[in-house]
Amino acid sequence: MTLLSTRQLSRHFGGLKAVETVDFDLPAGQVRALIGPNGAGKTTFVGMLSGRIPASNGRVFFDGRDITAEPAHRRIRAGMAYTFQITSVYGRLPVTENVALAVRWRAGGDEAQTSRRVMEALDRVGIADRADQLAGDLSYGHQRLLEIAMGLSQEPRLLILDEPTQGLADSEIADFIALIRGLAGEMTILLIEHNINVVMQTADAITVLNSGQVLAEGTPDEIRANAAVQAAYLGTG
Amino acid sequence: MTDLQKSWVLHLGIIALLFVLQFILPAYHHGSLARVMVLTCYAMGYNILFGYTGLLSLGHALFFAAGMYGLSLSIAHLDWNAGPALLAGLAAGFAMALVIGMLLLRTAGVAFMIVTLMFAQAGYLTVLYFGEWTRGDEGFVIQQDLRRIAGYDLSDPTNRYFAALLLMAACIIITLRVVQTGFGRVLVAIRENEERTRMLGYDIQRHKLAAILLSGTMSAAAGAAYGLLFGYAGATFASVQYSIFPLLWVLLGGAGTVLGPFIGTLFMFYLIDLSSELTTAYMLIAGLVLVALTLFAPQGLVGELRRRTMRWLP
Repeated sequence: MTLLSTRQLSRHFGGLKAVETVDFDLPAGQVRALIGPNGAGKTTFVGMLSGRIPASNGRVFFDGRDITAEPAHRRIRAGMAYTFQITSVYGRLPVTENVALAVRWRAGGDEAQTSRRVMEALDRVGIADRADQLAGDLSYGHQRLLEIAMGLSQEPRLLILDEPTQGLADSEIADFIALIRGLAGEMTILLIEHNINVVMQTADAITVLNSGQVLAEGTPDEIRANAAVQAAYLGTG
Repeated sequence: MTDLQKSWVLHLGIIALLFVLQFILPAYHHGSLARVMVLTCYAMGYNILFGYTGLLSLGHALFFAAGMYGLSLSIAHLDWNAGPALLAGLAAGFAMALVIGMLLLRTAGVAFMIVTLMFAQAGYLTVLYFGEWTRGDEGFVIQQDLRRIAGYDLSDPTNRYFAALLLMAACIIITLRVVQTGFGRVLVAIRENEERTRMLGYDIQRHKLAAILLSGTMSAAAGAAYGLLFGYAGATFASVQYSIFPLLWVLLGGAGTVLGPFIGTLFMFYLIDLSSELTTAYMLIAGLVLVALTLFAPQGLVGELRRRTMRWLP
């Protein structure tokens, strides 16, 4: 079953075609990586999926429904979760409240259920011991994990992670890979990632964007062997 | 005791203290405190929008005046009783907040401030323009025998004090409830990071509109009560000065704290009151104290208290 798809999806900024007629299908349950050189249109594309950026043309379907015209908050309520490329937690609020904000309406305002799900999510990413701190006092790596916990706690059907390992130390990246592998099967994941090592170890399939268009799509092995990708992206041509 | 219980004990305790104080206070302070409590409601309404939602309005006098004129005009020209007139004041504030709120939602940041300022100025000029009914700057007195609700003469100092306390208690309890529920938490989240909040699935516009409605109506309640309890309505209350006052009170007391507006209003009232006994240059003293406070307690008095010792203060 296809959970998310786009047809002829485009976004133009003046004369710049940031994303151009992209057809994209993401089957439910898959971990899909979206890669491409800087300026390939990854963030714009994902922005159109989550509703942060309106599409110039084309359509977005989620769970068989056309959501092109829906505002971002409705898409989130329909089962998407989105983590920001630049860490975006509530620095002046406690760690628990950061996650609680993601959970509360799903728990129907039931505070006991909310705090239980908050602790589960924090536990899952391994920062439950920091629950009472202010989010702004966490280290950068822990803030990234908190951001992922906010995504997980929503129990989304589609989790969109925008460059989650950016700025993380090697040991933290290893933990992150383990976390994503643990999540595989529970939810569909769309991972925008620069770190090829992370992509190869976590993704079931890879989509390569270049100059706003899909350059290649396939399993990690196929992408590794693809000459066009090597020329455009890996630079080993 | 949990934080929740502590905050109820504290706030209900302060209401009880104010109740007892009225039997002890000398007449002058008794009257002052009644005035402070009504103005506190105005500051609390302002605080909902500024302190909790992070929206800086420079035109709240519009809502205060809407309440005041909604009440006083319906008493003076429609011969309404004080009770229905009070409701008319609230309704005027609510309607004003609804119309202006819808327009305000299309703005953000500096534009939001400018638009609130402009609307308030338009409101002020409207009051002057219809001088035939409002008597403009000069204002008009609401006759003592018309200021009665359910047989209570609200010009009587004791009744007035009780009415002011009742209104402030209601505002405190409403604010406390808002802050404790999911709705209030979302307002704070919008203040802290609007985009993140949207991407957690919250309708930002709807929450902001609700905050404007609550804030505007609470401010209008204060305006209506002020007219009713002190028997006067004038254009000064719609002027830009009265838009800046609640901002000052809230900043001094502590934006985003339930008690901040009360402490700030009380502090400012007595600061001007006491310094004007000492010198005619009382605004100089007041100004210096305000500068010192912004330097050394940038989060306001209650905000500073929360930062230093009482982390649980709502």
